Amino acid sequence: MLKVFEKIGATVKNWIIIAVEFLQLISQTLFWIFVGPSKDRPVKSKPVFEQMVFMGVKSIVIVFFVTLFTGVVLAMQSAYQLEKMGGVIYVSSLVSISICRELGPVLTALVLAGRIGAAITAEIGSMKVNEQIEALDTMAINPVRFLIVPKFLALLFMLPCLTVIGNLSGMLGGYLVGVYNLKINAPLYIQTTFKFLTLKDIYTGLSKSIIFAIIISMVGSYQGLKTKGGAVGVGRATTISVVTSFILIIVADCVMTAIYYFSNM
Amino acid sequence: MSEKKVIIKLQDLFKSFDGRLVLQGVNLDVYQGEIFVIMGGSGCGKSTLLRHMTGAITPDSGKVFFDGKDLTTLSQDEKEKIKRRFGMSFQSSALLDYLTVEENVSLPLCEHTKLDPKIINIIVKMKLNLVGLQGFDQLMPSMLSGGMKKRVGLARAIAMDPEVVFYDEPTSGLDPVVCSVVDKLIVDLSKKLLLTSVVVTHNMESIFRIADRVAMLQGGKVLEIGTPEQIKNSANPVVQQFIKGQIDGPINYVG
Repeated sequence: MLKVFEKIGATVKNWIIIAVEFLQLISQTLFWIFVGPSKDRPVKSKPVFEQMVFMGVKSIVIVFFVTLFTGVVLAMQSAYQLEKMGGVIYVSSLVSISICRELGPVLTALVLAGRIGAAITAEIGSMKVNEQIEALDTMAINPVRFLIVPKFLALLFMLPCLTVIGNLSGMLGGYLVGVYNLKINAPLYIQTTFKFLTLKDIYTGLSKSIIFAIIISMVGSYQGLKTKGGAVGVGRATTISVVTSFILIIVADCVMTAIYYFSNM
Repeated sequence: MSEKKVIIKLQDLFKSFDGRLVLQGVNLDVYQGEIFVIMGGSGCGKSTLLRHMTGAITPDSGKVFFDGKDLTTLSQDEKEKIKRRFGMSFQSSALLDYLTVEENVSLPLCEHTKLDPKIINIIVKMKLNLVGLQGFDQLMPSMLSGGMKKRVGLARAIAMDPEVVFYDEPTSGLDPVVCSVVDKLIVDLSKKLLLTSVVVTHNMESIFRIADRVAMLQGGKVLEIGTPEQIKNSANPVVQQFIKGQIDGPINYVG
């Protein structure tokens, strides 16, 4: 019986250590962004832009297709129900609101967690097992400032931008179904879209994507820095990173939706 | 030797990892300008000891003095300032694999100085020249052989004109001729740039080629310390077994 409690205790302690280290990494990242410049250690713009291209520009196509088809599916599924009530015209507003408030930000974040979160962990993890992180440290180059801050900033800018693209392509998917399949008049479809979609729907969605960006870059970096044990270790860390990001994104989405819902936003 | 200035001083270092005691009270001094070799069997704590000197690991107890300052009590900022005074060449070279040779060597200069890119370029060319790798600046590390990578790592280690250079197994995995080349490089750099060198290795030939003084580490303690001649003529059976590589003797290896 005692063994069971010992095990539970050890697991809880482990989780607390991970949480503390994770928060330390976030605070170090923020430290280098805000305090670094005053210590003559500003973040260099070149690596940030390089990361923005890698994370943002090169993710446009995959984000476009994922959200486009989600919009198509959403329109068809809701039409299936709304047809029974004779309310097919409401497909437009249903699609646009659910894409902007929910599916656009979440799906874009999940795609990026798979594409970018994994890349961040694999890159930093293999640098860790090859002594490159230690080499940076020995050269008095802080690995958080040098490697993690550019990734953090790039994703913080690019994820909301990609979310906007995702929102638009999701609505385009709904439009294609509505106009070409359900034969709704095109101007009418667009008009009803914007009749019900408010600015609030868009910025609550975008505020979520900012939190998701922090989750993806920080979980990816944390798992990368914790990597040990050669190639197998890098693989394991990458898996843990993607799975953790997925779970945290869904949990954070739930919490933020609840906050917006109960505060009537 | 006694009138020479002590640059690195280790005092009663203890360190354990996951309950396994790796260092058990290490005391040693490294004098300015010498080539100091730390030798010992695999897993005896050589690399751990080196990492204490570079400040990468903090000891459980004990002190690490660099030029009179205790690394274990310094703030992060002060530690960074000290770190700029030394360079390190890693066992796996540890070059950043997404940067070219030139970018790797110029990295510490770009990060720590405000020098004009043209001047940095000249310094990088000079350092690559010192290690005999002129004309390789635009290659990626993956295109280089093991020996070349080690030399690029060395060029990076001396890029900031350090006072002390640490070498972790500089000749491991290299063929005998390249070994000699790297050894000669270590001696040349030390004499030309008046560096202090701390070398961790278990390659006997290179130890007796390069060392001014040798420390033998065994079981987390310094077993013997002296000039290569003194070590060669040591009465200690452990030292004798180790330098001759005999199977029978006081050192027991499992397997």
